Amino acid sequence: MTAKLLVDASYFVVAVLFILGLKAMASPVTARKGIVWAGIGMVVATLVTFFTPGMQNFGLIILAIAIGGVAAWWSGKVVKMTDMPQMVAIYNGMGGGAAAAIAALEFARGGVHGVVFTTLATLGALIGAVSFSGSCVAFAKLQGLMNKAWRLPAQNAVNIVLALVTILVGVGIVVSGDPTPTQIITFFVLSLVLGVIITLPIGGADMPVVISLFNAFTGLAVGFEGYVLGIPALIIAGIVVGAAGTLLTQLMAKAMNRPITNILFSPITGEAQAGSGPTGTMKECSAMDAASMMRYAQKVIIVPGYGMAVAGAQHKVYEMTKLLEEAGVEVKFAIHPVAGRMPGHMNVLLAEAGVPYEQIFDLEEINEEFSQADVALVIGANDVVNPVARTDKTSPIYGMPILNADKAQNVIVIKRGKGAGYSGIENALFFEENCRLCYGSAQGVVSEMIGHVKSLS
Amino acid sequence: MEALYIFMLAAFTGYEVIARVPVILHTPLMSGSNFVHGVVLVGAMVVLGHADPEDPLQLAIGFIAVVLGAANAAGGYVVTERMLAMFIKKN
Repeated sequence: MTAKLLVDASYFVVAVLFILGLKAMASPVTARKGIVWAGIGMVVATLVTFFTPGMQNFGLIILAIAIGGVAAWWSGKVVKMTDMPQMVAIYNGMGGGAAAAIAALEFARGGVHGVVFTTLATLGALIGAVSFSGSCVAFAKLQGLMNKAWRLPAQNAVNIVLALVTILVGVGIVVSGDPTPTQIITFFVLSLVLGVIITLPIGGADMPVVISLFNAFTGLAVGFEGYVLGIPALIIAGIVVGAAGTLLTQLMAKAMNRPITNILFSPITGEAQAGSGPTGTMKECSAMDAASMMRYAQKVIIVPGYGMAVAGAQHKVYEMTKLLEEAGVEVKFAIHPVAGRMPGHMNVLLAEAGVPYEQIFDLEEINEEFSQADVALVIGANDVVNPVARTDKTSPIYGMPILNADKAQNVIVIKRGKGAGYSGIENALFFEENCRLCYGSAQGVVSEMIGHVKSLS
Repeated sequence: MEALYIFMLAAFTGYEVIARVPVILHTPLMSGSNFVHGVVLVGAMVVLGHADPEDPLQLAIGFIAVVLGAANAAGGYVVTERMLAMFIKKN
C-alpha cells in the first residue's frame, strides 16, 4: 500500500516537472533549465516504476532500458547538428512504436475490458503504429536512404480506403470485446502500412510539418495508453504533448502557407511544373567578383539555407561576416521560417557558429529591407527565395511566403550545381538579370571569398 | 469520467504552454516535447513487469516496448539538450 502511494505521489511530481519544463523551454532564457527539469522528472518516473506493486521480469526490463537507452544516447551524441531533424523523427517514431506495443501486449494478455478501455487502447495503437512507421519513412527520406517522393496511382483514394479498412477492423475489435489474434495482427499490420503509405509521397519542405504532426500523434497515443494502464503521468504528459504538438504543427504549416490537408493530400512534386520553366540564362560569377561586390557594398543580407549547413560552412560565413563588418559593411542574416529542415533549425545552426542573435532576422522583420540592400548573398538556399511563389499561380509553392532576395540590387547565389531545389522546382531567381551564380561547395566558395575580401582591405 | 477532465485540462495546458513561442525555439521545443512523451517508457515497464514470465510472445512484445520507450526518452533528451546548449553559450 505504501509502495503504491509512493509511486503515485512521485508520478504527480513528475507530471508537474514535465509541464514546468515545457513551459521553461518556451523561452530562450530558461530553455536549458526546462530540459533539465523534464529530465529529472523522467529519471524519477523510471526509478519509482520499479516499485510498482506486482512487478516482475526485472532483469528483462533493465536489459531493455540499457539497450534502448544506450543506443539512443550514443546516436544522439554523435549525430551532426544538420541531421537533428531526422533524429527527432526516429526517436519520436520509437515512442509511437512503444505505445503501440503497449496496446499489443495488453491485448495479448487479455487485459483490456469494457468499451471505453478497448476504444482508447485501439485508437492509441492505431495512432502509435502510424506514427512509428511514418516516422521511420521520414527518417529514411531525410537521411537520404530513400527517394524523395514516391506516389502510388490514385494515392489519395488508396490512403482513404486503407484508412477506412483499418478503422473498420479497429471497430471490429472494440465491438467484439474479446478480439482474436488474427484481428489484432491484421489491425497492426494495416496501421503500420497506413503510416508508410501516408508518408511516402510527402517530400521536401513539407517533411518538418509531418514530423511535428507525428510528434503530436505519439503524444496522443501515449496519453490513450496511459488511460488504459491507469497511469495519470502518462495521460498528462501525452495529452500535453499532443495538444502542444498540434499547435506547433499548425504554426509551422502557417509559416509555409500550406494547410495540413494540402501537405497530406497534395504533396509538392517537381513534375507539377513540367513545361513552363523560367526563361533566360543563368549567369556565373567568380568568388573574386562576388567578394569585391560585397566589400564595397553598404549593406549585405545573407540568406543561409540547408546547403550551407550541410557543407558545414556556417563558421566560414560568420568569419566573412566579421571581416565585412570591419570594413564598414552592414551585414544581416535573413532566416526563412523553414530554412534548414525545421522552423528554428537554422537559428540553432547559426548559434552553433557563434552568430549573435541581434544579427539574425525573421522573414517579417527583414523582407522590406532587401530593396535597400546592395547585395543579397544566398548560400545553399533555393525554394525559400523562389519568386514564383509570389507570381505563378500554377506553381506548387505558390503562396508560400518567401524572402525577397530578388529585390536586392545584386543577388549572389552560392550553389553546388545547376540542379533544382529540394522540392524539385526550377528557381526563377537564378535567371533574373541581377542574379549571379557562384558554383561550388559553400565551404570552398566562402573560404575563397574570405581570401579576396582580406586582399581588398 | 475523471480521466476526461484530465484529458481536457492537459490539452489546454499543452496549448497554453506553446502559445507564445518565438520561432527560433520551434525546433528545440518540438524536440523537447518529443522527449516528454518518452515517459511512455514508464507504461512499457509496467506492461513488461506484468507480462506472464512463461509466455515468450508477451515478453518479446514487452521487451520491444521498453527498448523503444527508453530510446525515445534517452535520444530525445540528448538531442534537445545539445540544441539548447547552443542558446545558453551566448548569454
